[in-house]
Amino acid sequence: MIAPAVLEPGGDASIALYIVAFSLFILGVRRGTHPTTAKQGNLIAAAGMAIAVVTTLLLDGIGNWGLIIGGLAIGTAVGVVASIRVQMTEMPQMVALYNGVGGGAVALIAWSEIRHGISLGEEIPLDELIPILFAAVVGSVSFWGSNIAFAKLQDLIPTRPLAVPGQQVINALLLIGIVAACVNLAINNDDPSQALFVAVLIAAGVLGNLVVLPIGGADMPVVISLLNAFTGLSAAAAGFALDNVALIVAGTLVGSSGTILTMEMATAMNRSVGNVLFAGFGGAPSGGGGSTEERPHTSIGAQDAAIKLAYADSVVIVPGYGLAVAQAQHAIKEVGDELEKRGITVNYAIHPVAGRMPGHMNVLLAEADVPYEQLKEMEEINPEMSRTDVAVVVGANDVTNPAAKNDPNSPIAGMPIIEVDEAQQVIVIKRSLSPGFAGIDNDLFYEPNTSMLFADAKQAAADIAAEIQNL
Amino acid sequence: MDLMIEITIFVLAAFVGFEVISKVPTTLHTPLMSQTNAIHGIVMLGGLIVVGFANDPLEQIIGVIAIAFGTINVVGGFMVTDRMLGMFSRKPKPKAEGDGKDSS
Repeated sequence: MIAPAVLEPGGDASIALYIVAFSLFILGVRRGTHPTTAKQGNLIAAAGMAIAVVTTLLLDGIGNWGLIIGGLAIGTAVGVVASIRVQMTEMPQMVALYNGVGGGAVALIAWSEIRHGISLGEEIPLDELIPILFAAVVGSVSFWGSNIAFAKLQDLIPTRPLAVPGQQVINALLLIGIVAACVNLAINNDDPSQALFVAVLIAAGVLGNLVVLPIGGADMPVVISLLNAFTGLSAAAAGFALDNVALIVAGTLVGSSGTILTMEMATAMNRSVGNVLFAGFGGAPSGGGGSTEERPHTSIGAQDAAIKLAYADSVVIVPGYGLAVAQAQHAIKEVGDELEKRGITVNYAIHPVAGRMPGHMNVLLAEADVPYEQLKEMEEINPEMSRTDVAVVVGANDVTNPAAKNDPNSPIAGMPIIEVDEAQQVIVIKRSLSPGFAGIDNDLFYEPNTSMLFADAKQAAADIAAEIQNL
Repeated sequence: MDLMIEITIFVLAAFVGFEVISKVPTTLHTPLMSQTNAIHGIVMLGGLIVVGFANDPLEQIIGVIAIAFGTINVVGGFMVTDRMLGMFSRKPKPKAEGDGKDSS
């Protein structure tokens, strides 16, 4: 086993190793921002983590080896198995879950620290107590909020915005209560009440639930990214409480980079972070609610779709979450291959927030070996749309809704969309006319040049590929 | 450690975080979020310290759960990121014409 009692806590040697560790984190994140170096960057960061963990285990006076090894073993086993089993389509909720346990760990550490402080019977210095309280509140919010995000993405609870009347008032009251309790704990720092502290943990948990519940599924990526930044900040706070420089740097790094990432994501959806948090999506407008079934649309079968495609010169495929759910990435690649054999130009148009997380579609299509050059970002493909013969929308919805640019009253007004309605013809592969996450009807489905192919995306794509072969 | 030194470190680290992330292609948003997510699993160090110095049984139990949670965050986070990024690595194609290099 590792020989204990090597490094003095807070001593030069341990801090030097922590410096190596967080330098590797910074390098790793830096490399993570470029496609060619991202994989390497992840490994560099992981190496930094290994150094940080070993350094901590070598600290003088660390005991309870059985418990430590038990905790590490359980965590490793669960983490490894979950990561291997998870489907590519379920990545967003997996990230939410991992973020949640991280937040949970922070909250538990804060609890344990305050217990420790109380048991010493001395005054807990405020520069320790305040970070503990911050870590407890934010960690707990992050844990519960992430769990709700996970449950929504996993369809365990409805993805639609769930609004409780007077929601904002309840949230505000909870927040005021939490702050008041924290102030009370800080004032009585010679003997803070543990019961009150646990009450703060619980109240923060309730707040985490209430903040995320009203947010619609489409906004979930932004929420997860925001909670990720929060967990980072709470980890930094835990670092202040424990006087641990590695925690401070790594936590802060995640807090600030996560904030930037969150804002970039929100911008991609033309939403502000405040808007995401405080305005439920798809509340009232859209007008045409009840008349959905009545509006005329054109429905076609796989054979018609195959004919339209086979005699086109250029085809753009627009994937969305439906493709991920149906695991249709390989089948759709086959359609693309068949069309290319006929000399047809095939491109894939990726909306920044197609699927349930930015980059979700790229990952899936890359899995199916779609060449990187065929994946076009929205800004790149939109000018090409009017010269495109057929646009095939596979399980995408809101990101193609022309209401975003035509109807200023639409809840998604102003959101950048893939302008498939500009294409000569549009084929929409979808299971039904049901609305997407924004909970609004899609005008695209009722355009005269749009044909609906009602089917499971995977089955439909396989059928179309077979039909093209037979032509 | 001195509080002001810690605050100095905090502020500098915050700026590093802001600077490091600039102009990320949307493709990498999810993997990068997942990677930074794994990095905040560093809180497991807190769990290790808590358990390593704890005598009270409840404190030990809380600490062990914290270690397990933090380890899931770290191990799962890095592995999932690696799987996502693995999807982007170019698979050797049979008829590749001097591929790579000029891809950017």
